Amino acid sequence: MVNNYIPLYGLQLAFKQFSYQKGINGSPWIGFKNFKFLFASNDAFIMVRNTLLYNIIWIIIGVIFGVAVAILFNEILNKTVQKFYQTAILLPYLMSMVVVAYLVYAFLATDTGLINNAIVKGLLGREEGIAWYMESKYWPFILTFVQQWKQIGFGMLLYLSSLLGIDKSYYEAAMLDGATKWQQIRMITVPLLKPTIIMLTILNMGQIFRSDFGLFFQVPMNQGALLSATQTIDTYVYTALLVNNNFGMSAAASFLQSVVGFIFIVGANAIVRKMDKNSSLF
Amino acid sequence: MVSRDQKTWRIAAHIVMILLSAAALLPFLLLIIASFTDDTVALLNGYSYFPEKWSLGAYEYILENKDTFFKAYGMTILVTVVGTAVNIVLTSLTAYVLSKRQLPGVKIMNLFVIFTMLFNGGLVATYISYVTIFHVKDTIFGLLLPSLLMNAFMIMLVRNYFEHSIPEDIYESARIDGANEFVIFIKLVLPLSVPILATVGLMGGIAYWNDWQNSLYYIDDKSMYTIQAVLNSINEGVAALATLGGNSGVSLSELPTTTIRMAVAVVGILPILVIYPFFQKYFAKGLMAGAVKG
Repeated sequence: MVNNYIPLYGLQLAFKQFSYQKGINGSPWIGFKNFKFLFASNDAFIMVRNTLLYNIIWIIIGVIFGVAVAILFNEILNKTVQKFYQTAILLPYLMSMVVVAYLVYAFLATDTGLINNAIVKGLLGREEGIAWYMESKYWPFILTFVQQWKQIGFGMLLYLSSLLGIDKSYYEAAMLDGATKWQQIRMITVPLLKPTIIMLTILNMGQIFRSDFGLFFQVPMNQGALLSATQTIDTYVYTALLVNNNFGMSAAASFLQSVVGFIFIVGANAIVRKMDKNSSLF
Repeated sequence: MVSRDQKTWRIAAHIVMILLSAAALLPFLLLIIASFTDDTVALLNGYSYFPEKWSLGAYEYILENKDTFFKAYGMTILVTVVGTAVNIVLTSLTAYVLSKRQLPGVKIMNLFVIFTMLFNGGLVATYISYVTIFHVKDTIFGLLLPSLLMNAFMIMLVRNYFEHSIPEDIYESARIDGANEFVIFIKLVLPLSVPILATVGLMGGIAYWNDWQNSLYYIDDKSMYTIQAVLNSINEGVAALATLGGNSGVSLSELPTTTIRMAVAVVGILPILVIYPFFQKYFAKGLMAGAVKG
């Protein structure tokens, strides 16, 4: 807990001109200058746009895939087979992003990657492979794919737990009436999952100002050419802080992320609480 | 009786699941095969599921430089074991106190814990605090303390378990027998909570094993690198291999770099690949329990 509270004291750095020699308390106050510099740069727009867009798209895709896969998974009756599928699909969720970056590299490396050699040069018969790590236009798709690949097992589990709670007698009654499986899914499963879907979506909206640092930093291998597609608030804060030693702008971005993120979460929770008191976080 | 409609759905479900499983597993297979490929072949034809020539060269290199890699491995194991142990102790103690709702001040403490889930100082404030106030740079505490030691979400999970899954009668009969709270906690509550503590330990352990961010932020000294930090530094430039290897005396151009990086990655994920199938049950349970209240 101390872990979380003492750094709060450091939030004031966003309004100071920090230097290691002077420490947190000794550094002079400079008001909103850090923020002014931040917004004067083009970076601010790109990183906020990327963070928000990726999050919104992934929330939508995540719901669709999560629910679909959970429903299909539930159709499989053999427990041993079910266990095998679950084990396999969850495996990527356990891997660190560094390892994921290695896996992606094995497929996308310009000279030695499987995709360039087997598909681009092999099947399509092109002379030159595509320089994946140099062209930013591919990265929204690559990142989305990797993100889903890693998360889908977890997404499935989320919806599966509420899917298992649905009373079996609904389906028995529907089957007696001769309803097809598709009708059952549309009329029973999806409506009953709706509260869970809405709840998880709102909670995810609360996280909309945060991004998975590992995904955006490791998987594109921190290539400058890709930044317009891969720069998010988290990667910006890191690079400004530890690579460029740009304390002021980094602190300002980090401060904004904390505060705006907090407002979003509290707002999301307030909505959830209004809908269903038991599901709210606090 | 199984209708045709149901049968079609079941087959479709199997097909989708097989595709997803394949998508999940095949990249790991490529990683493993790539690490056993002959380096010149890999350089010429790229990584492939069916390499023309197999080789143990990458692993031989790792064994030649075992000091570096074993040290990183040892560091990872040390941090994982110590971190997970401390994590379990702190989490269960905090959760136990929070589960006693009748105690004065518990409500405020609860809020205190939940607040950490909602708001934090962000990277800059956290980093500067750790470096200038706690001085964790290049110490083992830099790997142990930041962000991973305790997790409010896990505390809530364990608290709920203490409250709902352990019968109130047990507490009462123990109190009548004159046991104090500490004895009750050690002798009664902990043995009954093995499943949830296993989940907490597993999640914490994986988080420590996989952690590369703390190394990235707080560790500059190469002798303190964990296996993930080694992987990360290779990722930033294969040249790191030469410096990591230290006194092996070979130049970078002679190293089988194309396959070594894959071999190191395989070595890094091996323990998870081996252990995970056996603990899958606890893991899925923990995630699902979290999902219900999440």
